[in-house]
Amino acid sequence: MTEARDRDGSSQGRDWPLWEVFVRARRGLTHQHVGSLHAPDAAMALRNARDVYTRRGEGVSIWVVPSAAIVASSPDEKDPFFDPALDKVYRHPTFYDVPEGAKHL
Amino acid sequence: MTSPAAGTRTLPPLAAYALALGDDALILAQRLGEWVARAPQLEEDIALANIALDLLGQARTLLSYAGAVEDAGRDEDDLAYLRDDRDFRNVQLVELPNGDFAVTMARQLVFSAYQYELYTALLDSADLTVAGLAGKAVKEVAYHRDHATQWVLRLGDGTQVSHERMQAGLDRVWPYVAEVFDGDGTAAQLPGVAADPATLRPAWQAYVTPVLDQATLRLPEPRWRSRGGRSGLHTEHLGHLLAEMQHLHRSHPGASW
Repeated sequence: MTEARDRDGSSQGRDWPLWEVFVRARRGLTHQHVGSLHAPDAAMALRNARDVYTRRGEGVSIWVVPSAAIVASSPDEKDPFFDPALDKVYRHPTFYDVPEGAKHL
Repeated sequence: MTSPAAGTRTLPPLAAYALALGDDALILAQRLGEWVARAPQLEEDIALANIALDLLGQARTLLSYAGAVEDAGRDEDDLAYLRDDRDFRNVQLVELPNGDFAVTMARQLVFSAYQYELYTALLDSADLTVAGLAGKAVKEVAYHRDHATQWVLRLGDGTQVSHERMQAGLDRVWPYVAEVFDGDGTAAQLPGVAADPATLRPAWQAYVTPVLDQATLRLPEPRWRSRGGRSGLHTEHLGHLLAEMQHLHRSHPGASW
């Protein structure tokens, strides 16, 4: 609960840390990012996520992650990160002739 | 005092039992609904609304069933909207004003822990409607109980201010606890169907006491206690609650959207 406290001991709800919420819709699927929320600690973040993001039966499993723990790519790096992949058509498996009779491809 | 749809009529025991439990859920749902758009956080706003809607669902099942058992042509809306305060059978605890967030959480801890034991006991009810409701509701109130527990722990064992306000919240609601376990003799008329409230108290105590201990809170020892909600005796607050809850239906009978 120390996270919800300021140094002078007062509780400042608006300073609650941000959490990212991931929900798995059903068995066999991966967890998908659905949004974020504020909560004073991990246990409350999980409960808030349940209340905010699974009200309509959206999930069977929830992950919450402190937003501060996420390392994100920067918009400034967008070009060097992603542009070089755009003209590498040979990375797509589109140059193979599919033998006649091969199904389920 | 008597409205055409209500009056002080004698209900069959099963109808009276369903009505009492349904009124508890209905009135608390209305109270919790008052938090919507006023809770400390958006997340808490939604949590309280979810809990209120769970309770409203329980109330609808119970009031509908009370009306069906009574067999006098009253449906859930008649029972919810056309009775006056003396005809409501809820315990006084649920009609108390919300107070601050700590008062609401104190009441939630008390009442959801009671409902958890109640619905657990009713899982084995010989009445299939009651048992069916209990099977659905016990999962809902298990979450309500957990939600309240989390907050009582954090506020009680939080800052000095939050501790004091949480203790004040407990002190505010505790005079109304004994009444919850009183019963009015209805359950005794329904062996195998209803749960005697007094028998639920040990398990309730076994849950609540360690929570308060862990939250560094003191178990209140009130010098007075409430009585009479189950026989229609209420605090002044219920009439105001009903005025807000019922005015639309009474002004526009049958209104829907």
